[in-house]
Amino acid sequence: MNNVELDSAMLSRLLTSLTLGFHIIFATLGVGVPLLISLAEWIGIKRNDPYYTLLARRWARGFVVTVAVGVVTGTAIGLQLSLLWPNFMQLAGQVISLPLFLETFAFFFEAIFLGIYLYTWDRFKKPIYHWLISIPVVIGSTLSAVFISTVNAFMNSPQGFDMVDGVLTNIQPLAAMFNPATPTKVGHVVMSAYLTSAIVLAAITAFHMLKGKRSTYYRKALKLTMTAGFIFAIGTAVIGDFSGKYLAEYQPSKLAAAEWHFETSENADLVVGGFLDNETKEVNYGLVLPNFLSILAHGDPNAEVMGLDQVPEDEVPPLYIHYLFDGMVGIGMFLAALTFFYVIALRLKRFNPENKWFLRLIVLAGPLSVLAIEFGWIFSEVGRQPWILWDIMRTGHAATTANSVGWMFVLFLLLYVVLGTLCVTVLRKMFKTNPAENELEEIARTK
Amino acid sequence: MDIQLLGITVLWVFLYGYLITASIDFGAGFFAYYGELTGRDHIINKIISRYLSPVWEVTNVFFVFFFVGLVGFFPDTAYYYGTALLVPGSIAIILLAIRGSFYAFGNYGAKKSRVYTFLYGVTGLLIPASLSTALTLSEGGFIEEVNGEVKFLAGELFSSFYSWSVVLLAIVSVLFISAAFLTYYASRANDEPALELLRKYALFWSAPTILSSILVFVALQQHNPIHFERTLDYAWFFIASLFCFLIATYLIFYRKRYGTAFIFVMLQFFFAFFGYGISHLPWILYDHITIYSGYTNETTGVYLVLAFIAGLCLLVPSLVLLMRLFLFDAEYVKGNKS
Repeated sequence: MNNVELDSAMLSRLLTSLTLGFHIIFATLGVGVPLLISLAEWIGIKRNDPYYTLLARRWARGFVVTVAVGVVTGTAIGLQLSLLWPNFMQLAGQVISLPLFLETFAFFFEAIFLGIYLYTWDRFKKPIYHWLISIPVVIGSTLSAVFISTVNAFMNSPQGFDMVDGVLTNIQPLAAMFNPATPTKVGHVVMSAYLTSAIVLAAITAFHMLKGKRSTYYRKALKLTMTAGFIFAIGTAVIGDFSGKYLAEYQPSKLAAAEWHFETSENADLVVGGFLDNETKEVNYGLVLPNFLSILAHGDPNAEVMGLDQVPEDEVPPLYIHYLFDGMVGIGMFLAALTFFYVIALRLKRFNPENKWFLRLIVLAGPLSVLAIEFGWIFSEVGRQPWILWDIMRTGHAATTANSVGWMFVLFLLLYVVLGTLCVTVLRKMFKTNPAENELEEIARTK
Repeated sequence: MDIQLLGITVLWVFLYGYLITASIDFGAGFFAYYGELTGRDHIINKIISRYLSPVWEVTNVFFVFFFVGLVGFFPDTAYYYGTALLVPGSIAIILLAIRGSFYAFGNYGAKKSRVYTFLYGVTGLLIPASLSTALTLSEGGFIEEVNGEVKFLAGELFSSFYSWSVVLLAIVSVLFISAAFLTYYASRANDEPALELLRKYALFWSAPTILSSILVFVALQQHNPIHFERTLDYAWFFIASLFCFLIATYLIFYRKRYGTAFIFVMLQFFFAFFGYGISHLPWILYDHITIYSGYTNETTGVYLVLAFIAGLCLLVPSLVLLMRLFLFDAEYVKGNKS
């Protein structure tokens, strides 16, 4: 994007990115952590193993705090859609309000059962009844992600209506919801949320182990999160591959910009990293993988891949998304390798995956996995530019005409700084004043 | 009943749900803070936190549901209100965010902090004030469309007598609804000292709710005479509301059946809120959007209604379960179950 101007549209984009960038961390954990809590509680019941039950309890306690931040920032983004993009909502709302509406229901459902889940640990005679309550929480949180992702998919691949002289006719809400981008988008969002949540919990565990806490409790936590992480990493990679093929078919300019693919060609090479010479459009110092772009795009090394030469100049997305894409994929592969190695080491019993260096890598994987989520979303959103609704509505035409957006940006920035800092402080304090060791002692006594 | 009317009724029901549940929450925050200031926090805070902890998130969803539904059924509202409400809307979001997250930080976190309680108390009054401006705007006169650009006349809003009368009513109602509910909750918990204090609060705020409602009527007559005339057509709604108020206050005053009293408080606001809503129709935003002009297309409308019915089948039993566990389970209310 050349000559960036800080007009209402640009400021609206900045404020939306700010809110989404902050919300997505909590939303991602909000989708994935309930699944891991439920899993831990279930294993605890099945094996009659109090360690897993304690894991579920402690995770749930921390989860409430992150969920609160997720809820309030989710409310913020929900309202900001209308406040910052009134023209977009007026138009797109006609077609895509169904999944937005359904998302609220899913969230409602989750909120009700989360409240019950958190406050009924000791209220049922049979522990399995309490575990059953976690199921609507898992379903609700995942469905929220599913519905809201269909809205984003619709923005990338709008269908389910005809546009006649700026007026929408022949509207089919289901077709809009189940658009070509939906399967890969939904799959990728949900699976990567599971993956990130597992890795973040693993990283927290590894952090404690590095500080010398090596009891069975921590080892079981690491085993559960890393094994689950391995399965989710594979899932994320497979769906990610399908996403590439979706892009090649429906949004080829997004793929071309992400891969710095300028000339339409067969046997297209994949460039990883590198620097772009803006004059000659040549990539220096990049790692070139021959034919890999053709494979990524069409599953065939000889296939033709559309380049940016076919895209009108004012429709080319910013080229820096290349780094975001590579960063996301790179981290994804790192996570897959890390969890794979852990699982193998556990099986073979020849190598100790709990050695210092490996634990350090797991700790590092925590923030990296969150970074990958950020990269992925920025790539997806910036890569769709200049469109807010692919090929139909330009972002600049969708924004509010109100002129106080800049001030609102400052206010929200302050809000998120405060919320982020307090959230971390509160969580740290919470687990410090009541370390697992206290509760472990209790378990040991009652056994 | 046409589908537009059905749509707005559904949304209105949800806004009513928010009005009640959020008022309890907002008022509780204020009472908790006030209790701390006057050294009485030990009496009422346990009651308040036992009720609020499991349900605050649900309250929030009522609100999200309302505005998502409103934009879904009537996309034009996004265009007008979205542009006009950028500043008041953003401020409301920030207050809601501070309130929700600080509640969680304070309650689920390690330690209570004075700052959290303070913010929790103050936002409890500021949020209803800022949210009520949306209803004020709907009366018209604060939004102008010039050359296809929507302008929000902030000066008009701040200097409007009507606008301030609505703010006053919002705050006073929050405190009355909340005190009436908490009185009932304390009586279920057999918590005498809390009951005494909360009952006093409820009685204290009872007369002001009626006085400020009358004030709103007076102000409305000046601000939007057409709407005022229409409220007279539906006078029986408001008479019924007054009647329910009298019964509720009578019961609380004579220390009888606090549960029934709270139901009558709910009915009081039900009649007033729906009387206001019906007389407001067909306008969503006076002079700009009616429920017919702002309506989405037929297909989306039908799908939304279907989704709503399906969702309701799921939600109602879940809500009943929630209430049975935390509201009607005497042992939980008394604090004997964690």
